Amino acid sequence: MAPPVTVNSINPKVIECEYAVRGEIVILAQKLQEEITKKPEAHPFEEILYCNIGNPQSLGQQPITFFREVLALCDHPSLLDKSETKGLFSSDSIQRAGKILEQIPGRATGAYSHSQGIKGLRDTIAAGIEARDGFPADPNDIFLTDGASPAVHMMMQLLIRSEKDGILCPIPQYPLYSASIALHGGTLVPYYLDEATGWGLEVSDLKKQLETAKSKGIDVRALVVINPGNPTGQVLAEENQKEIVKFCKEEGLVLLADEVYQENVYVPEKKFHSFKKVSRSMGYGEKDIHLVSFQSVSKGYYGECGKRGGYMEITGFGADVREHIYKLASVNLCSNISGQILASLVMSPPKVGDESYESYTAERDGILSSLARRAKTLEDAFNKLEGVTCNKAEGAMYLFPRITLPEKAIKAAGEAKTAPDAFYCRRLLTETGIVFVPGSGFGQVPGTWHFRCTILPQEEKIPAVVTRLTDFHKRFMEEFSD
Amino acid sequence: MGVKALDHESLNENVKKVQYAVRGELYLRASELQKEGKKIIFTNVGNPHALGQRPLTFPRQVVALCQAPFLLDDPNVGLLFPADAIARAKHYLSMTPGGLGAYSDSRGLPGIRKEVAEFIERRDGYSSDPELIFLTDGASKGVMQILNCIIRGQGDGVLVPVPQYPLYSATISLCGGSLVPYYLDESANWGLDVNNLRESVAQARFNGITVRAMVIINPGNPTGQCLSEANLREILNFCHQENLVLLGDEVYQQNIYQDERPFISARKILMDMGQPISKEVQLVSFHTVSKGYWGECGQRGGYFEMTNIPPQTVDEIYKISSISLSPNVPAQIFMGLMVNPPKPGDISYLQYVRESKGILESLRRRARIMTDGFNSCKNVVCNFTEGAMYSFPQIRLPPKAIEAAKDAGKVPDVFYCLKLLEATGISTVPGSGFGQKEGVFHLRTTILPAEEDMPEIMSSFKKFNDDFMEQYEDVKM
Repeated sequence: MAPPVTVNSINPKVIECEYAVRGEIVILAQKLQEEITKKPEAHPFEEILYCNIGNPQSLGQQPITFFREVLALCDHPSLLDKSETKGLFSSDSIQRAGKILEQIPGRATGAYSHSQGIKGLRDTIAAGIEARDGFPADPNDIFLTDGASPAVHMMMQLLIRSEKDGILCPIPQYPLYSASIALHGGTLVPYYLDEATGWGLEVSDLKKQLETAKSKGIDVRALVVINPGNPTGQVLAEENQKEIVKFCKEEGLVLLADEVYQENVYVPEKKFHSFKKVSRSMGYGEKDIHLVSFQSVSKGYYGECGKRGGYMEITGFGADVREHIYKLASVNLCSNISGQILASLVMSPPKVGDESYESYTAERDGILSSLARRAKTLEDAFNKLEGVTCNKAEGAMYLFPRITLPEKAIKAAGEAKTAPDAFYCRRLLTETGIVFVPGSGFGQVPGTWHFRCTILPQEEKIPAVVTRLTDFHKRFMEEFSD
Repeated sequence: MGVKALDHESLNENVKKVQYAVRGELYLRASELQKEGKKIIFTNVGNPHALGQRPLTFPRQVVALCQAPFLLDDPNVGLLFPADAIARAKHYLSMTPGGLGAYSDSRGLPGIRKEVAEFIERRDGYSSDPELIFLTDGASKGVMQILNCIIRGQGDGVLVPVPQYPLYSATISLCGGSLVPYYLDESANWGLDVNNLRESVAQARFNGITVRAMVIINPGNPTGQCLSEANLREILNFCHQENLVLLGDEVYQQNIYQDERPFISARKILMDMGQPISKEVQLVSFHTVSKGYWGECGQRGGYFEMTNIPPQTVDEIYKISSISLSPNVPAQIFMGLMVNPPKPGDISYLQYVRESKGILESLRRRARIMTDGFNSCKNVVCNFTEGAMYSFPQIRLPPKAIEAAKDAGKVPDVFYCLKLLEATGISTVPGSGFGQKEGVFHLRTTILPAEEDMPEIMSSFKKFNDDFMEQYEDVKM
């Protein structure tokens, strides 16, 4: 008898789903890393440069001091009872930790909290949302989760009943969406962002894709919008956002607004507007539109990926549906408390007059301006490469250049049984140690090739990245020139 | 405009089917009453710190330092933290390039998985492979991940003990699979009879279900029983014969309150049994930082260890883990500390031992107090809590009470528990939330309220219960 848990007999949806961000190329990179560690001369490079994943602190970005002070005090509350603590922590971090701990019965940060997250922290987050948008937010609409990803999964679970249920997703997209839809047995309905217009989103294309899906018998239930975009980095214009909101209202679609990069905007001519703010400013209230907004502590200027903190704000749902959402959240009891605290800090950072305000602002602005510089430097470097064009990264943490590969290279890729962009990325890795993610991991217009590169290597390392990449690219193009 | 996507009628049916009583009706009612000012004693969740159990000092010191590494550069750090906590913080920080704020390997930091493997080897006497250990945001996430891999559809069944911890029933519902119950024997201290297993499997197969996995919770939740070595051997043989993957929920392995049946891991027995079975039975074992004497529920730290799972399947499981990027790093450090605690000679060792023993000995006393307390009540029979954190007394409801429940539109044990709540503020979970034999009613409470509060709680319960029984046993003419 065959054992029960082989690849032939596990859930086929598991087999089907893919997640390139930590996929094949990355597994190879880790292998090469081990080889260099054992034998430094094993490869023509000294180190692997991971440009595959939005993981800023793994590449040297420093955490925000104030946030860590508060978290440390909340992790070990008896510090607040010791006089020596004043000598090692800022007074406002002590104050904030005290205030947070008062909102937790018994100062017990080791206890499961309410399944939506600690009430006092949700109050803080709701206030932060209101301060950001100018429209009220209800703490009961907020569900704190272990990162934004579990919240996305929860919504997919709710929405997808069978493969007849479709979710509109941007192409290119962050592959959490395609993976989650596959895992829950639904259908991804693609809408294509327009590379020629800086990855613009045309509502006419949305309509077209919706109609095509309907004609195939797909019940389209939601629209995913990632703003700022991942991997594409565009920041939507407010007018565009209004069109999207109107479209969702007319078609009865749930708007799933992934806004985890809301603090990462690098161009003065664009601003982040939350979809909640846009909807309310159009006069659309709870009865008009189902909206779920996702936020995370992993990105922005705080980059606290390892903490797994985030939330979704759900508006426009009936009480009976909210009960089911609560029920789903309760099966996992609650999200990690430290992450919950961090989410409240992110949405309510130091203010003018606070002791830590100046150092906080300096750290924040230092990180954001550095990100903007790196985005520009890498964009320019890509645009200088033969056969490569790269749209500006208006926001987020990535560049998504397009590469036109010579026929010879495409043929070689075919012989190696890999997609051409994966072929390029693999060669890049083995010759330079640089890790990009092939565009096929995100989706692209068929016949076009891209790769995603983060803007996260430390500023001093960027020249080396550019040089290695440029030299490699020249050699590659020469090797495969027709 | 027709039905909108998130209208109730168009929700995923599997979501609608899910039940999770631990935070269900009773808890919601208790929360309402609490808001109205009533004093509530929450005994619905195994949540020690919420009932006054203190966190262990050493791990909190270490994680605080890891959270704020700039403290380590301060010359005065020694005034606030002992040297071994400082050293240990440095040890964990050296494992994580980027500190607590970076996504780790999707399986968890290799250094900590190695510590877990070493712990398992010391515990069982057999080596364990860190590559087959995946850290997760709580054991629950691991259980969900594995069940999702196993269940392909309604035709796939998973053997689950009745009574069970409703994570299993909820997850099987969500995954669209079938729960195949096997009944634990209340009259034999919630013992597991292999004949019951065989019967359940036969019944399921007769109904066209492919039984693929078996869950054991050892020590049991809500029932607390500790499986004997003989029992474990029977179970492993059974899984071998019937080709089932065994899912060993061992999160309460540190919570043992009797000496006749200490905790033995399923893996140890499997290895003891030698080949071929030790190489053929597929096993996944789960553990957590939420229980034991640590009780660090809020951290969301856990792991699963895979035995005899083929490499390709492990790759698929890794792939699913990678979509969530990584488990939270602070909890990974808690896990490392739990499996690798202070040793004799360490500065913090005595304090660690004192705190741990204090908690465990008190839990043992409270298990006894509660069992005896319940057994002194009219129409209540309670098996001893051999392990875990709960008491699961049987409440023999008189027929008139059952009728009154029906009239109120409530399941009988829900009716009883609501009345208990309103009269005493004690918030329990009705036995129907865990499963029980037809017509037999229970409630689950934790043994976690502070020891000094126990006598009052038990006498408050006794008064309510005995009054309730008198009220509903009265034969009115």
